[in-house]
Amino acid sequence: MTTVDDRPVGRADRVSGTTELLRVENLRVSFGATEVVGGISFTARPGQCLAIVGESGSGKSVTARTLVGLTGPGARVSADRIDLAGADLLHTTERAWRGLRGRQIGFVLQDALVSLDQLRRVGDEVAEPLKLHRWGNRAARAAKAVELLASVGVPEPEVRAQQRPYELSGGLRQRALIASAIALDPPLLIADEPTTALDVTVQAQVLDLLAASKERGTSIILISHDLSVVARLADEVAVMRDGHIVEHGPAGQVLHDPRHDYTRMLLAAIPSEHTRGTRLSGTATTVQRARRQVDRGRPVLEARHLTKVFRGPDKVDRTVVDDVSFELFGGETLGIVGESGSGKTTTARIALAILEATSGEVLLRGEPWSALSTDRRRPLRKQVGVVYQDPLSSFDPRWSVGRIVTDALATGRRPPSSKTEARDRAVRLLEQVGLTGAHLASSPLRLSGGQRQRVAIARALAPEPSVIVCDEPVSALDVSIQAQVLDLLTDLQDELGVSYLFISHDLGVIHHVSDRILVMKDGRVVEHGTATEVFERPRHPYTRQLLTAVPRLGSA
Amino acid sequence: MSTLTVTRAVHLPKVGTVLSLLVVAFVVAAALVPGLLVDGSPTAIDLKSTLEAPSWAHPFGTDDAGRDLFTRVVHGARESLGIGLGATALAFVIAIGLGFTAALAGRVVDAAITRVLEVAFAFPALLLALLVIAVRGPSLATSIAAVGIGSAPGYARMIRGQVLAVRQAGFIEAAAALGHGWFTVIRRHLFPNAMRPLVAVATLGVGQSIVWASALSFLGLGVAPPSSEWGALLDAGRLHITTSWWLEILPGVVIVLVAISVTSLGRTLQNRLGGAAR
Amino acid sequence: MSRLRRIAVKAVTSVVVIVAAASVTFFAQLAVPGDRANTLMNLQTGQDKKWSVDELAPLNERFGFDDPVIVQYLDYVTGLFHGDLGTSYTQKRPVTEVIGGQLLPSLTLTGAALLVAWALALGITLLTVKRGRFLTSLGTTWEALTASLPHYWVGVVLLVVFAVQLRVFPIIGGTSALGTVLPVLTLAIPLAGFLGQVTRDEFEQVLQQPFVTTARTRGMSDLGVRVQHVLRHAILPAITLSGWALGALVSGAVIAENIFGRPGIGQVLVTAVNTRDLPTVSGIVLVVAAIYVVANLLVDLAYAIVDPRLRAA
Repeated sequence: MTTVDDRPVGRADRVSGTTELLRVENLRVSFGATEVVGGISFTARPGQCLAIVGESGSGKSVTARTLVGLTGPGARVSADRIDLAGADLLHTTERAWRGLRGRQIGFVLQDALVSLDQLRRVGDEVAEPLKLHRWGNRAARAAKAVELLASVGVPEPEVRAQQRPYELSGGLRQRALIASAIALDPPLLIADEPTTALDVTVQAQVLDLLAASKERGTSIILISHDLSVVARLADEVAVMRDGHIVEHGPAGQVLHDPRHDYTRMLLAAIPSEHTRGTRLSGTATTVQRARRQVDRGRPVLEARHLTKVFRGPDKVDRTVVDDVSFELFGGETLGIVGESGSGKTTTARIALAILEATSGEVLLRGEPWSALSTDRRRPLRKQVGVVYQDPLSSFDPRWSVGRIVTDALATGRRPPSSKTEARDRAVRLLEQVGLTGAHLASSPLRLSGGQRQRVAIARALAPEPSVIVCDEPVSALDVSIQAQVLDLLTDLQDELGVSYLFISHDLGVIHHVSDRILVMKDGRVVEHGTATEVFERPRHPYTRQLLTAVPRLGSA
Repeated sequence: MSTLTVTRAVHLPKVGTVLSLLVVAFVVAAALVPGLLVDGSPTAIDLKSTLEAPSWAHPFGTDDAGRDLFTRVVHGARESLGIGLGATALAFVIAIGLGFTAALAGRVVDAAITRVLEVAFAFPALLLALLVIAVRGPSLATSIAAVGIGSAPGYARMIRGQVLAVRQAGFIEAAAALGHGWFTVIRRHLFPNAMRPLVAVATLGVGQSIVWASALSFLGLGVAPPSSEWGALLDAGRLHITTSWWLEILPGVVIVLVAISVTSLGRTLQNRLGGAAR
Repeated sequence: MSRLRRIAVKAVTSVVVIVAAASVTFFAQLAVPGDRANTLMNLQTGQDKKWSVDELAPLNERFGFDDPVIVQYLDYVTGLFHGDLGTSYTQKRPVTEVIGGQLLPSLTLTGAALLVAWALALGITLLTVKRGRFLTSLGTTWEALTASLPHYWVGVVLLVVFAVQLRVFPIIGGTSALGTVLPVLTLAIPLAGFLGQVTRDEFEQVLQQPFVTTARTRGMSDLGVRVQHVLRHAILPAITLSGWALGALVSGAVIAENIFGRPGIGQVLVTAVNTRDLPTVSGIVLVVAAIYVVANLLVDLAYAIVDPRLRAA
């Protein structure tokens, strides 16, 4: 049995990128009969970052876990070779693994809210690797934890160390998680989706932190679904699909001159300023299409000075939406972009008249809408549709796709007069959104994420609305599926002239779909203009900050 | 009597489901046509063979009047099962009323009902039941009322939670956004989705009710002996506990078997239908 | 500040709970069919007839049955706050006296049972949760079986096996230590099964949580993960349920005391229900309500110690 030297690799060994720290050859992982990783090879070097990129189910996370010996129960792992600093990881006992984890290999998971123990103090969590590897005494560890928190840029580290993870903001939590992973200065740091679920500005800070660690000579393996995030940090990129690496090379080459079709498809699917007016999905990369006409007459939906105040459980009033006004014209897409807590979703719910504003008014085609009584508003609801982020929860779990769509038809401008008509029109709607009549009898539970969102769109279209409010409609989807759904939405707009009020946290998506844009921060509209104005000549400092923070392929 | 014992419950293997079905089928048959399973009368006194230990002739032995215990158990099924069903039905009628009112009638009503339910739920159910019996005097009807009232708070609490959970669901807002009226939304989405997991809970409740009703009889406060309700059999057997253990243990085994079987079936049903909110 | 407020709110709700329980018991007394004084006279004299107004006058006078309901109600509730639970119909002495001496043995019984149940549940769960197929199914089967066992049957089986057949323990043990073992087990075994199930479910779920993976990636052993991270999370639901469990224990205590002939409020209660001595029944219900209130405060306290999130909120 090989014993692994558990001293961290010396600084001198890891200055340059020439020596290999980790070598993996022909790694295979299977659970039962299903092979999840099908023979992949890669190396990691000191001071370099290898990014493993793929969509859900590509096997990237399983690969990461395998590198710390935590593939999970029932997994079968085989490889020609897994070497870390010359020691064999393939034949390592569980006991020896424990000596390696935290000391030779640091691991950062996504979403620190659930990746840190909520019941323990942040300081104890950060110091845990120190304790497990018998570093110093209790007082020394506590001091080191504070030092580590300071080193990852956590303000007031002494105070934070005494707090618990839920008392910290998302960004600070993620820093604390990283601090704990680098506590013993391991030569290899594996980060599994470390910035997913973070706001772009925070995301940029966390990536900077990892970059600093890389500068100091740490070898980083970055697992991500997001090619543009990877572009900021990676020296080498491996693209995974269905357990295989389909393309592997220097970051610049993979991201700008991809050889493999799948990589090309992934790159083309990323919405950004370059993709406006083009299709994101499909093989044809850039097909210019005829722009629809925007009717600049009377606005279809108009918000006047909306304000929403919520009273918290502590009896303190918080203004979530603060004097927001906008106009949405026929056939137009108005994008509302902002980070979490900016009030964009609350604005959408007020626009839908699901939520009552504290003051201000929403008009529909110049007539009162939010001010109407529930009964008076109900007949007008057919004019305003909605698509949510999570389509599944918006479907009654007992209902089939057919029933969902026909129910929506019945509330519409032209309710079907017979069952056959309802069925025919439901089939036509499903075909319009890229599904078929065969889906009528399915339960949404058995559809994929993209198909579910298509059903949600069909339901929104059924009453023939003039406005559809889209609240983060593609945020939960893989980038290739996101591309298809965005294309579908723009196709439908061209065809039907429907207007979208499009809410998203993703600047790329917003830039891709919107004619005009509102940038929201802390409940207020800080910037308002056409897509070109906002993105090319931002006036407000916050908009500029957002735009710098956005991960871009170009920066690689 | 509490629904908590009910919702978390038996994880028996698949074989368990089959066995449970057999036990329940046997009990239902005994309740409907006892004559199919045993020949004699449950009250046939035979003074020559009193307090006999279990044998081929008397699989459960005989009691102090020489009556065959197995025959009595089979004939007791109707009453025991009847109490179980009756009490559960009563509990659900009360619980649905309270639960839905609390969840839908607005904040003040909800706070009031919820507070009362919380207390009543955590309050010893047996004490509530005994209070009912102290007022009404022991009888079959009182047993049903006592067990039903005793278990209602737990169900009401669960139904309220369930309705609130479903009310928060995205599809409720989606239906409202389509322009459906609140009443339509309640009828078509809220009610059926909130009630769905309760089918399983009700099944579990029948088993629990049988156990609790028999406990009342065991204390001499439920259905009284000559009746062969299972708890009453236990009560009658207590006199001879030092000499004739079977009079006490065997009817108990039957109750436990039925309780476990029904609970396990309810659990299976729950998993099939998608779990209930706790 | 907010802590003080929370304590104040708790105190107020506690009083509300007691008053609510008092109202229920008071109106339960009114709900008894027939004239109360008449029923009472029959109870006391052992006869069954209709008494004349004059014959009932002293009773009506003594118990205040002729006063308007609202006056009786207020008298009853104010009496409560002076520690007066009314007068027993059958024993003709204050209910407080009837219950008083019986309270301690019952509290000892339920308290001991709660401790034993927790010890059993934690021991069995920790040893068997996700520990290979055999141990796990052994643990789940034990919990599933014991959680469904009615108290009276557990009691009877223990009595028959250990007292009648093996003669290890006395059949009627009174309040002696040896005599307390079987009643405690009678209450503890089903509760342990129930607490074990709850803890196991939660334990299995927490084991899947990302923060557990994080701890493992730091080099923590499986045992370390279980004891230092998972356990604390996993016992939270069982702590919440302990308030409820105490209710179940009181129900069980009534039965256990009855089986083992152990003195306690359970015995008093069964007798009182049999003789329809409603003031005594009501008194016991109220005392238990008071115990419930105290127990719930303790549960809240225990929860706040284990889960600091509540202290912050």
